Order: sequence, then C-alpha cells, then structure tokens
Amino acid sequence: MNAIVSVNDLTRVFDVSKPWLNRVLERLPKSNLTAVSEVSFNIEENTVYSLVGESGSGKSTIGKMVVGLLGNSAGDVEVSGVNLARESNAETIAKARDTIQMIFQDPYASMNPRWRVKDIICEPVAAKGGETVGLAEGLLEQVGLSAEDASKFPHEFSGGQRQRICIARALASRPRLIVCDEPTSALDVSVQAQVLNLMSDLKDDLGLTYLFISHDLTVVRHISDRIGVLYLGRLVEEASPDDLFEAPKHPYTQMLIAAAPKMDGFGREVEPPKGEIPDPINPPSGCAFHPRCPAATTLCAQFRPQMRTISGSRVACHHAG
Amino acid sequence: MTEPVLSIRNLVVEIKTRHAVLCATDKVSYDIAPGEILGVVGESGAGKSMAGNAVIGLLNPPARITGGEIWLNGQRIDNLPPNQMRRLRGKEIGMIFQDPLTSLNPLLRIGDQLAETMMEHLGLTKAEAHTRAIAALEEVGIPAAAERINSYPHEFSGGMRQRVVIALALCAEPSLIIADEPTTALDVSVQAQIISLLKRLCRERGTAVMLITHDMGVIAEAADRVAVMYAGRLAETGNVRDVITRPRHPYTDGLMGSTPSASAGQRRLRQIPGAMPRLHTLPPGCAFSPRCERATDQCLNGPSPTLEADSGQAACWHPIKLEGAA
Repeated sequence: MNAIVSVNDLTRVFDVSKPWLNRVLERLPKSNLTAVSEVSFNIEENTVYSLVGESGSGKSTIGKMVVGLLGNSAGDVEVSGVNLARESNAETIAKARDTIQMIFQDPYASMNPRWRVKDIICEPVAAKGGETVGLAEGLLEQVGLSAEDASKFPHEFSGGQRQRICIARALASRPRLIVCDEPTSALDVSVQAQVLNLMSDLKDDLGLTYLFISHDLTVVRHISDRIGVLYLGRLVEEASPDDLFEAPKHPYTQMLIAAAPKMDGFGREVEPPKGEIPDPINPPSGCAFHPRCPAATTLCAQFRPQMRTISGSRVACHHAG
Repeated sequence: MTEPVLSIRNLVVEIKTRHAVLCATDKVSYDIAPGEILGVVGESGAGKSMAGNAVIGLLNPPARITGGEIWLNGQRIDNLPPNQMRRLRGKEIGMIFQDPLTSLNPLLRIGDQLAETMMEHLGLTKAEAHTRAIAALEEVGIPAAAERINSYPHEFSGGMRQRVVIALALCAEPSLIIADEPTTALDVSVQAQIISLLKRLCRERGTAVMLITHDMGVIAEAADRVAVMYAGRLAETGNVRDVITRPRHPYTDGLMGSTPSASAGQRRLRQIPGAMPRLHTLPPGCAFSPRCERATDQCLNGPSPTLEADSGQAACWHPIKLEGAA
C-alpha cells in the first residue's frame, strides 16, 4: 500500500499575545498557543482516516494544514508524494493541490447564497479554465439529486441536500483526497445516514481517500479504516476501529469511549470523567493527559511519551501495553 | 400509579402565518411521574422544543396553544394569566437551555443570579439566599463554590456554566425541569458529567425531568420513558428499552437503523428515504406515509393514526409486530 498523505511531526503554533503596546506597558511576555504538536500519520490510498477529539484538540487545524488553508509552523505534509510546504516548483504544487478538496461542517455557510447550484459546483473547474458543460448535472445525479436542480439557488434545499451539493462541488475537479471537517454534525440522524452511505459509495466508485474529522465516536467507528485520537494537539493513539473500540490502550481513549453514550446503555451509571481539558496556552508538562490520568506517575509529569507501536496500534503513553 | 407531575392532553400549538395556519404540535399527550425522566426525541422541526416551550409558557407569538390541556400537579396551567404563569416559572418549572452562555446574564455575578431567583420564589432574605446559593453550587459539583460565587459567567468553562444553569434551574426546588438539549453544545466527557449530575439530582429530589434531545444515546442512558415525535405528532411512546430495542413505529425503527451503532460492524447504514416534510407541506393521512415502506392506502388517505397516552404504543396503522408478543 502506498500512502497518499504523509504527515510528519506537524506542528502549528498560533500567536495569541496581546497587542505589543499592552505587552510593553503591562510587561507581559509573548504567549503562544500550540494547536497541533508533533503529529505524524500516514493515510493509505482509498481508505478513510479519521481524526477524533474534543473541542480544542486541533483536529480541524490539521485538516486545514493538509488542504493548505493554513501554513504549518514545523514539520511536513506530503500529499501524493509532493511536500506542499517545501516544494519549489509551482507547477508541481498546483498539480498536487488539484487532487485535494474539502467538505465543511455547515452546508448553510459554505455556499454563496447568490450563486446558482450549477455555478457553485463548476467553480473549482471553471477557476482553472476547465470544461464545465454538463458537469454540474452529471455530478448532481451522482450525489442523488436531479439534473434540474442545477439552476436553483442554495436556499431551495434542505440541510442534507445542501451537503450533497457540497460533495458534488468537492468531486468536480476529480480529486483523490477529500478532507471532510465534521460533514454530518449539522445534520439529523436519518439524513446523516444518507450522507454517510453516499460518501462510502463514492469512495468505492471513484477510489477516493478521506481524511474524516469528527467528534462523534459512533460515526467515526462506522466509517473509518484507521482512527487517530487527538488530545490537546497531540496524537495519543492510532488504531483500527475494532482495536480502538474493543481494546483502547491509551487512558484518554479509554475515558472517551467509556463516557460516550451508548444505545444499549439503559440506565447505565458511568463514573463520569474527572476534570476538563487544560488550557492549551499553558499545557501540562510531560504527558498532556497526566493531571487527569488514573495511571499517572512522576515519569508522566516529566517526560512526554513517544509514539510506540503495540500490536498494530500506535500509542503515546509510558504505561500502555 | 402516583399522580403525574405533568400531564399534557391533546396539546395543539399552532403558528398562524400569512398564508396558512401551521400545526407545530398536533394532539400531543404525555405524562411525567415524580422522579421520572421522559426523553423527547425527534429530528429538527419535529416540534419537541415547541411542546416544552408550551408547558413553561414561553411560546413566541405567532405560535400559541389552540387546543388541549396542560396540568401541573393537578392544576391546569395552559390558560393561566401571564402574571400567575410568571410565578410558576422558576418556582414550579425549571428550564435548562442548550447554550449555557446565553441563558446566564453576562453582567451579573452568578451568586446574585442564584440569589435573585431564591429571593423571588422562596421569600428568603439576601443573606439566607447567599448561603443557599453556595450550597446549590456545591451540589452541582462546582469546586470552591464559596469563592466562585462572585465570578461572572464568562469566567467559567462550558461544562461549569451548564452546571451553574442547572443550579439555577433547581434552586427554587421545582417539581418539573425541562431540559432542552442540555448537552448538545458540550464535549463527550463533559456531557457524561452533566447527564450523570442530572440523573443524580432527579433521583435524590424526585424531580420530574423532560429531557428534549436528538441524541438516542443520551436518551438510552438517561431516560426512563421516551416519546418519539415526527412532524409535530407523537409517533411512539413507551419504556426506553422497548422503544430502542423493539421499536413498533416504522419511523422509530428507521431512526434506530440509521444511527451508526457502536456494536454493529455493518458497512451500510439503513436509511429512510427523503426528509421530514415541512409543516406547510404535511401530507394527508399519516405524516410519515410518503417515506414509509409499510404504507397502504389507509395511511396515505385515511385519518392520521393516534395513540393513547401511557399505553406505550405506536401511532401507526401497521405497527411492526413484536416477535412472540402476547
């Protein structure tokens, strides 16, 4: 198998300092927020790789860096063998970029309300001067809408239909990789099922690869081939869905899976997880999870654990395995 | 059976628009017993929040109650004048909204907000209310409550804020709490904390809870009974275990099938074709009939099926037969 996306020690730091005058007057140091810290993973061709985590875990930031909407502070992102940050040949970069598309969470905000659906769908191709005759109609039928919908406006559609239009737009430039940032979070359950089924059909038919970003564990388990769990900008565990849900190795993954509501958990009394996600501006020393971890020792507070491979999973924990 | 805290009978809420009168909830009936958590589920636009707002008297015009009765502790409350309803809100019925930041006043310290409610409804003095406010915050699990009482809402995290809102809803010791999507804005681990808190408080005080949510997992873990709503009508009610494991209404069945369940490893989800109809394009007969594979002529053209409150059954002409049912 060859990896279509290869992310290596990817780091993104945001400057969240006060304006310089305030800093001078109040004698404040600069403050930095490390949203993503030394994350590495590979995505195999024609698979679904999911990133899960709670708010502030950096999952959307990684997605944006992979498509190139955000620059990275350190590390590399390679897509189809091209290092987007370091490659000097503009033509090679443009070619690699053409193979990446993105689907956003809110189908109400991600389309221009004054454009017709036809124009919205064709835009990624038209912007490059490509041929767009009949393109929108064909794509609309492919995502389960009808060709007549091409001349309508976005407001004439429901949330699920809009998300289908967004998928059609993402498919227009024949990408190989689609980054999906919470594509079904704004949708109702029955509509979510339709969209998820559509996405997996398209993956099989067109040989697509997805980087799927979500906070919903049940959705992620359903759709993924490989799952990465993020905590405070760090990748803490990576495994196949069955391994991750049947035998989570990292204490944070264990906590997350135990806390998620279950359909068969009638009257279940769970010991609710303790504490909350720490402030990312001042993350804990060593392992970021150690203040909340039941198994933490002094080692955890001092040293950040390295990724280790344990029976097919990758875990960043001193005590796992 | 004990006297229910809340009893809704054939509640009709209508929204009058320029073109038509839309029926947001159509003859909805359910009861909630003391100490019971009733889960109200449905997709967006199913009318689940509308029913909750009707109970607490917070319907925004042009929406108004045009039929049916709401009884709270043996008193009919749907026709109370606004000043009496105002005394009831907060005292007898507590409300928890989805977004904790917008349900707290950003300019008042949380202690003052709690004290105000208690002085108003329980007739306490300011000093008494202050002591009670600290106790209330401790009860919902806010550490160092005596110090945090002088903080403003923005100084709390999302989960802590929702705890303050719960303390606020509970501080006048209401007999009914309406929780409208209380955990939707929260992360999974915080959601588990809030649900467990809500269950504990409800059990200890015997408060009845109407838990409105779209998350079947939350319902399964928290609720005792569940009411499934579709297009403003009740589709099915019953014991939570029965409704989730053995749904009788085709819509409930489809809803369960389309939820990616943690245990099943199937590659495709079962999907219900189409989407829920908008209120101004409701089909005649059963509202679910155009999407239902069991629909017959009776469903499409006959009167819409109804269900009796409390019997635990589906509003369907052709409910799914239970295997080995008596």
